[in-house]
Amino acid sequence: MRPDARREPAKLQRGVGTVPGGHMLVSATPYLLYVIVALTILAPLLYMLSTSLKTLLDSMKYPPDLIPDQPVWRNYVDVWSTIPLAQLFVNSVKVTGPSVIGTLVTCSLAGYAFARLKFWGRDVLFVLLLATLMIPYQVTLVPTFLFFNEAGLVNTYVPLILPNWLAPAFGIFLMRQFFRTIPRELEDAAKLDGCAPIGIYWHIFLPLSGPPMAALVIFEFLRNWNNFLLPLVFLQEPEKMTLPVGLAWLSGQHFSNVPLMMTVTTISSLPTIVLFVFLQKYFVKGVVLTGLRG
Amino acid sequence: MFWVGPVIAAILLSFAEWTLSASPEWVGLRNYEGLSADPLFWTSLRNTTVYTLGVIPLQMVLSLLIALALNRKIRFRALFRTLYFLPTVTSIVAMALVWRALFDYRFGFLNGALGLIGVDAVPWLLEPGLAMFAVILMSAWQGIGFPIILWLAGLQSIPEEYLEAARVDGANAWARFRYVTLPLLAPTTFFILVISFISSFQVFEQTYVMTSGGPERGTYTLVNYIYEEAFTKFSMGPASAMGCVLAVIILCVTLIQLRLQRRWVHYET
Repeated sequence: MRPDARREPAKLQRGVGTVPGGHMLVSATPYLLYVIVALTILAPLLYMLSTSLKTLLDSMKYPPDLIPDQPVWRNYVDVWSTIPLAQLFVNSVKVTGPSVIGTLVTCSLAGYAFARLKFWGRDVLFVLLLATLMIPYQVTLVPTFLFFNEAGLVNTYVPLILPNWLAPAFGIFLMRQFFRTIPRELEDAAKLDGCAPIGIYWHIFLPLSGPPMAALVIFEFLRNWNNFLLPLVFLQEPEKMTLPVGLAWLSGQHFSNVPLMMTVTTISSLPTIVLFVFLQKYFVKGVVLTGLRG
Repeated sequence: MFWVGPVIAAILLSFAEWTLSASPEWVGLRNYEGLSADPLFWTSLRNTTVYTLGVIPLQMVLSLLIALALNRKIRFRALFRTLYFLPTVTSIVAMALVWRALFDYRFGFLNGALGLIGVDAVPWLLEPGLAMFAVILMSAWQGIGFPIILWLAGLQSIPEEYLEAARVDGANAWARFRYVTLPLLAPTTFFILVISFISSFQVFEQTYVMTSGGPERGTYTLVNYIYEEAFTKFSMGPASAMGCVLAVIILCVTLIQLRLQRRWVHYET
């Protein structure tokens, strides 16, 4: 592993002499570049933020101001009463919460099974599992919808949550890759102590699985929270809509009120941003885990 | 296995006709024939292809550049990494709305900025070609996060010694990149290519929210069509057929890429 960047002094650029004070000058330049790039990338988000604090009139100024003269913080208070934002939030939580939990439980168990247990057809099944990742879910959307329709479960949250309790392929893949890296000696010791496979899972693998689970949490949270097509298809009442669908639906009515829309999008982006900021280390490790095997 | 059953059902359905009010009827290849004669189908296919061909190079190059920059040992690297990833973390629906406001003909920021340097307002979302460009730009922006991380992982697996050796031999930065870094990144490049293709071909949210598939079906994609057929008209047969076409295309292209990989990509032995 490379040493943490923060504990190493910034490298001097080649060709710079040892001018006193030159160190400070030179090492400032790369940072400036990074900041500029960051600003460029974040520009739309900054625009979103700045517009959300304007009045309707202000937002229509042409050309627009970067920073509003008098930020209208009230927008953030009013939005909750103008739009059923709280309802959308709650609905999203109702869907995402159980989904993520389901994924964690079933994928870690399945990942363990694929990593350590021997059963007939294990490797074939795993390859098949990987193949499913290549098939777009829109293909199975129609039959899945029909199935739930027959079961009378359209317009409930069941179709959105249930598939996550059936061990999504990506989650299995992630957990299995991680579990394979756990040294066999730990298992062998437990077996000598007379531990059954499920016990090994519970006492050894599960406690160690913090990092990949954190990665899985982020992946699945993002996937479920931001999912648009599935709730669009399965939910038919406005009261039940999740955040993305509600956003799109409301934008039809309110789009001319740009500051309002920007306030809404800012607020709805916060949960995922906050989650990511806290768990980003695991997220990166998770992506690498899946990527390394190609 | 919520997958095997539905897949088989999807294949079967594509040969049937079902509008939910009556019971399903077997019609053989009629749905597929209908598709090949349907101009909207071909339009959506073409749009999806154009979109994919636009987004993938743009996104891969941008994310590679950023990853190269992030690979240096600078302080606050983690901070910048977080910042560069923020667009991807947000909901694409929310971002589609933000960009729609940005691209607005009369009040959008983009046209405002152009106005400052004396350029006429561009009807971004009002013309099919421009609208596609807008969608491509927005999507490339939104999705750079994952490729950046993958590139970074690939870059960090390149042994420092190779680059040192090249430097000692007098190679400049560009030469080092072209002859050492790039070839060694081949596995990563390939992986990102495959993943990007699979997800690009499924584009839906942006075109649904930002442009509603317009103007004049200019950004109408395959999944847009599947959605409209299946869930507004409840015409399940043709929709399933389209779903199968989508799956077959993605599968074929991925297999082709895997084949090519064996010839072009060298893994470390």
